[in-house]
Amino acid sequence: MGSYVLRRVLQMIPVFFGSTLLIFLMVYSLPGDPIVALFGDKAADPAQVAALRQKYYLDQPIWKQYLHYMGNLFQGDFGTSFTGRPVSEIMADAFPVTIRLALMAFVFELVVGLTLGVLSGLRRGSVVDTVVLVLTLVVISIPVFVLAYIAQTVFATNLGWVTPTVQDSTDLSQLILPAIVLGSLSLAFVARLTRTSIGENLRADYIRTATAKGLPRRTIITRHLLRNSLIPVVTFLGTDLGALMGGAIVTEGIFNVQGIGNVLYRAINQKEGPTVVGIVTVLVIVYLVASLLVDLLYAVLDPRIRYA
Amino acid sequence: MTTAVDTTKSARQAPYDGPLLDVRDLHVEFVTREGVARAVNGVNYSVSAGETLAVLGESGSGKSVTAQAIMGILDMPPARIPKGEIRYRGQDMLAMGKEERRKIRGQKIAMIFQDALSSLNPVLTVGFQLGEMFRAHTDASRKEAKAKAVELMDRVRIPAAKDRVGDYPHQFSGGMRQRIMIAMALALEPDLIIADEPTTALDVTVQAQVMDLLAELQAEYHMGLILITHDLGVVADVADKIAVMYAGRIVETAPVHELYASPAHPYTRGLLDSIPRLDQKGQELYAIKGLPPNLLRIPPGCAFNPRCPRAQDICRGEVPELFQVTEDDGTEQPGRGSACFFWKETLHGSRS
Repeated sequence: MGSYVLRRVLQMIPVFFGSTLLIFLMVYSLPGDPIVALFGDKAADPAQVAALRQKYYLDQPIWKQYLHYMGNLFQGDFGTSFTGRPVSEIMADAFPVTIRLALMAFVFELVVGLTLGVLSGLRRGSVVDTVVLVLTLVVISIPVFVLAYIAQTVFATNLGWVTPTVQDSTDLSQLILPAIVLGSLSLAFVARLTRTSIGENLRADYIRTATAKGLPRRTIITRHLLRNSLIPVVTFLGTDLGALMGGAIVTEGIFNVQGIGNVLYRAINQKEGPTVVGIVTVLVIVYLVASLLVDLLYAVLDPRIRYA
Repeated sequence: MTTAVDTTKSARQAPYDGPLLDVRDLHVEFVTREGVARAVNGVNYSVSAGETLAVLGESGSGKSVTAQAIMGILDMPPARIPKGEIRYRGQDMLAMGKEERRKIRGQKIAMIFQDALSSLNPVLTVGFQLGEMFRAHTDASRKEAKAKAVELMDRVRIPAAKDRVGDYPHQFSGGMRQRIMIAMALALEPDLIIADEPTTALDVTVQAQVMDLLAELQAEYHMGLILITHDLGVVADVADKIAVMYAGRIVETAPVHELYASPAHPYTRGLLDSIPRLDQKGQELYAIKGLPPNLLRIPPGCAFNPRCPRAQDICRGEVPELFQVTEDDGTEQPGRGSACFFWKETLHGSRS
């Protein structure tokens, strides 16, 4: 087990360098000159442009820029955005908001999705099952921005329970509606995945054995059925947590949540190289750690998967 | 087993001298999209303490479905039991409540399944799964249950039971896994064990070991045993009596030696003839012609008539009851029955 973790951590290193390099290359090959763009409609002063270029290391060849960036990164310096704010500061503002939003969405999809999935899986063909199937189908088919606008119209405009957009991104209660919208798609996946998995395992031989042993039905479901059925769901949830952490550009945009998604969107628009690369680098790490955790959780859930 | 255990056992059970299990006119159907599949059509059999009944038949003959109906582990729906009684110590289990039924399962009647790997939960240790029997039916603590699990594993001769109690099913060999299944069935010293093809998934060498173990434990605990199999070889060694099933009915019952010596039903005859024999090396192997009937459309009359070498018009029109088989002088052969209009001819044919 220990050597497996070590091997996985070592494997992360090339993935980390490879993905950051790719992001770096892509951001700097975007058309348009970000420095000139900083001046807007005004004519750029060549001397000033040159000075800025030097400041941001943009006058160097790309490989040197990358090495310089990585060198700074390992000293904990994510660089400075073109607006002059350190990128680490920008992230320190935005990440807590996104993490709160993501965790709320995650808990929502986990609790509601699993419950619906288990209920419909246990009673296939029942009314509950049919309702879950139709609802999840609807959620899966509707694009998230439509869902967001519907939620805004119903809960803010019609019912007046919340403000249409988030006024203060640090206020948890204001994040509830965006979190539900954000988690709804994954919720539908979790519910369907759980339903299928429960349905399959319900017919498994070991469930028949458990029944033949005279165990109470409750014990059979919680102890024998659920644990086996949740293995595929855990994979999905793990990678989904990574995806949620990456911020939701559309949802954050519509509800005006000042999270990573919003910051990233603006940074891409303004060709803010340092900000984009910084954020994506952190996201790469989040993904890597999330997938490692999923793999380790596998071993806990399923002893047949042994890491030699 | 000590006498102390015996007294507690008899104390908690009212005196009863009939058969342990008595299945009467049991019918089981499955409702499918194509129609109603009649899997079991009027099965009668009984097992007493210490007795071994072998139920023999091809796939789809209803032998496993009958067993599952006895255990109460059929999925209902699609299955349903329109008719019949399953009496355990004289009480009809089909009329019992769910909870009453559950308490019999595992504790009084236990079952051993064919494929131990898929029948054991892959994510729980064998010790835990064995211990569950005690925790579900007695008030044993987790620790006591584990100690009993080790005891059980010793009982079925799993080497180094103490070290292996925390292992998972996939870490055992096929034979050892089947021993664990046997240990699980044995846990609460049930009155009756139903073994559904317990050796089919095993190596031939291991088959004999597992079968011997099962027979030995059965004799020791004086349990009833229903052995479901399609392996005529397995049956011959351990069974007291045999019931041959075809298309959901019992077509022949007999004490084991009589059945092998002189089958009274053409289907049994065909089964015995299709065993390859060394002294007939080089000759073509015998096979019963045709296929087992589709349970959605069981042929009218005797279900075996399309495949039967003796079939006459009466076989296509009337369903034969299970006739009492008698000697030529008319004396009854105890426990022998054949559901064939021509059982006499078949009996003579097989003796000649």
